[in-house]
Amino acid sequence: MKTVEEIKTAIEAAVPGARIEVIPNPGPSAEHSLLLDHEHALDVARFLRDDAELALDFPSNVSGVDWLDKEIVEKIKVKRQVTKTVDGVEQTVEETVDETRKHIEPGYLEAVYHLYSVARKHGPVVLRMRTVNRTDQTEMPSLTPIWRGAEFQEREVFDLFGIVFTGHPDLRRILMWDGFKDYPMRKDYVEPDDFEWEPTAHDEVLKRAQAHRAALAAAGGEGADATHDGC
Amino acid sequence: MTVAEEISESIARAQIEEKREGWNRPPVIVPQEDGELLELAMGPHHPSTHGVFRMDVTLDGERVIRLKPVFGYLHRNHEKLGEGQSYLASIPYTDRLDYFCSLTNNWAYALAVEKLSGQAVPERAEYIRVILAELTRIQNHAASIGFLIQEMGASGTPLMYAFREREKILDLFESLTGSRMMCNYMRFGGCRVDISEPWLEQARKVVAGLPRFVDEFENLLTTNEILLARCQGVGVLKPDLAVNSGVTGPMLRASGVNYDIRKVDHYGIYDRFKFRVPLGDHGDIYDRYMVRILEMRESVHILEQALNEVPAGPIMDPKAKIRGFRPKPGEAYGRIEAPKGELGFYLISDGGANPYRYRIRPPSFINLTILEDMCIGHNVADVVLIFGSVDIVLGEVDR
Amino acid sequence: MAVDQQLNIEMGKQGVFVTTIQELYNWGRKSSIWPMQFGLACCAIEMIATTMARYDMARFGAEVFRPSPRQADLMIVSGTVTKKMAPQVVRLYNQMAEPKYVIAMGACAISGGPFKQGYNVLKGIDRYIPVDVHIPGCPPRPEALLQAFIALQKKIDEQHLTGEGRPRHLDADAQSEFTVPEPAEHDLEPTSNHGVWPLPVVIK
Repeated sequence: MKTVEEIKTAIEAAVPGARIEVIPNPGPSAEHSLLLDHEHALDVARFLRDDAELALDFPSNVSGVDWLDKEIVEKIKVKRQVTKTVDGVEQTVEETVDETRKHIEPGYLEAVYHLYSVARKHGPVVLRMRTVNRTDQTEMPSLTPIWRGAEFQEREVFDLFGIVFTGHPDLRRILMWDGFKDYPMRKDYVEPDDFEWEPTAHDEVLKRAQAHRAALAAAGGEGADATHDGC
Repeated sequence: MTVAEEISESIARAQIEEKREGWNRPPVIVPQEDGELLELAMGPHHPSTHGVFRMDVTLDGERVIRLKPVFGYLHRNHEKLGEGQSYLASIPYTDRLDYFCSLTNNWAYALAVEKLSGQAVPERAEYIRVILAELTRIQNHAASIGFLIQEMGASGTPLMYAFREREKILDLFESLTGSRMMCNYMRFGGCRVDISEPWLEQARKVVAGLPRFVDEFENLLTTNEILLARCQGVGVLKPDLAVNSGVTGPMLRASGVNYDIRKVDHYGIYDRFKFRVPLGDHGDIYDRYMVRILEMRESVHILEQALNEVPAGPIMDPKAKIRGFRPKPGEAYGRIEAPKGELGFYLISDGGANPYRYRIRPPSFINLTILEDMCIGHNVADVVLIFGSVDIVLGEVDR
Repeated sequence: MAVDQQLNIEMGKQGVFVTTIQELYNWGRKSSIWPMQFGLACCAIEMIATTMARYDMARFGAEVFRPSPRQADLMIVSGTVTKKMAPQVVRLYNQMAEPKYVIAMGACAISGGPFKQGYNVLKGIDRYIPVDVHIPGCPPRPEALLQAFIALQKKIDEQHLTGEGRPRHLDADAQSEFTVPEPAEHDLEPTSNHGVWPLPVVIK
């Protein structure tokens, strides 16, 4: 099978204008992936499936990954005008000063596709597609028209991560119920507080238990009175 | 909606579907009976769905026009739990994925982590893994056929035979791993406990009795006229559609596609054993049943070879780190041929003790993608059989 | 008032059998409990194995597993109850006819089990319906399920037919249907049924 660089050259030859990037995989498994852009994703996918040599006709796995915003802290040397006293005289001198600069790299949601070939018995080829950010621009083209096997898996990625796949025939929640409002697999998901009784409550659990008791006492004393015994 | 509106809506949908490619179009049937369409929810509490599974079927008389599967009734957020705990702590949770075949689940996860960290496995451990995986495959196929025939109305008799053999195999598992079903046995770089010579003797005895059991099973079932009448030609799946839909396992091979991950990926030491891969011709329920029976026989063949060749040696690489296991940053996708299909694990590591992303590729979930296509046009009674021949386990579908 | 055991045996040898209505009534009830075919997850497989030839449960009276709740007496909740499935479980319980019993089989049905930190896992079915017997284990062995069944039979045997502890079907005021939770935006609504699962006093 071709290496990732050769596949990239083949795609760029077949689909003009496609912007592909090779994402290297640093670990021992060495499964490098190809990052696709949104406009040409369908054409690239069709080429990968119909090409005689690659023949990637089998969609094995579609996963979603959530990458949070990262705060990058850098120390840079900057030239600055600094007023200093030199030999009793005040002067403005140029000096190089260390400065820490922070900026936030926006996070994104990602869908990773693993493709194999049943006709040629090779693989995997890993494709990736990223959304612009995690908040309002979370669309991505769906590859279900090319590979039917992605249908349920893209629905699951929509359900758990919130990536909206444009062009999907039936995009609705698949594992959670329809009225559910959160995207549970995101890293910043907060679980609902369904109170669990602990016999030896301490720290966090004790604080929550006391909050619940106070709320119940305010609501009408049901359950917070002493006649109910712990088992 | 009136019948006229339904018909025009089907025709409109057919015209939209024309733009999609051939295999992405479920067949559109125009309702012919006079009257309204019946919408029925089969499940989640249903005697014939293998667990909590629901199918919203739209019926025209007895014929199925549309079928939408609904699941998530057993969604236990295994993937989120995997992110919150270490690699080692996730092994017992993999047992509970496909709860019939806990040992193959363990192996798939161990393979993925070994790929991620570059760990090698000693030879004796590889032989033990193959033996346990093939025993698991036999008991899974027997139980699956038993459940399929029970839904056909056989009231549990083939299931009793299948469970009788399953109990013998579970006794072997229990004496080795300590538990009948949730074995929690494989580790990264080998196995947890070594097998002993008496265990091998007992295993050889069990395997020696298996061909007779498969013969007995086949005598009862293979030429049975009710089975032939209800299964042949029902639920046909064409090979191109099967491959494009990501279907794997006995269902794919029953459609005639020669793709067995044991032969393709050469994982473990399967290259040392001589075994064949049974293929079907038509892709109907009867072919899936026959493929499972023949795979049971091939597994017995592998076991006979493996049980006589187990070498001496360690079962864990002595340099393997069990506690404090931190693989280098990177990602890996490891897959095996589980009894239900291709079970894969996709792991992303960021260098810490917990995986950054822990994804399970469940064969049952993906095999259900074309359930609608297979069932449209058939009667409601056939839907139950087609669904039974897909052989799903809800623990895997919903994770 | 039960007759002394020795006296019973002596009289039995002479061909005279003495019993009380309570013993007879409860013996009839406990010897033919029909479970509902209700398996959720892995524990269901052990439940099926208990009904198979090796650990036959039919010899204890659980002859047939009825799929319909109207025809069943016992609901063995075997497996994890998720928040998506919980309304269905409570509805099925409400549809069962009195006298009805619940066995919570496995760690997941008792308290959420190994999946307790779950956004979709209900932390124990006894938040919404009253449970008679809990079986720990993951999964519990078939023998454990048989022991739970026998424990339930003992419990039925000891129920007095009159007075405070009488079974619900003889008590016109007893509650036999419980509120069905609704799936809301982030969780179920209500999160638990305080009548069935009272919050105990937190020991400081």
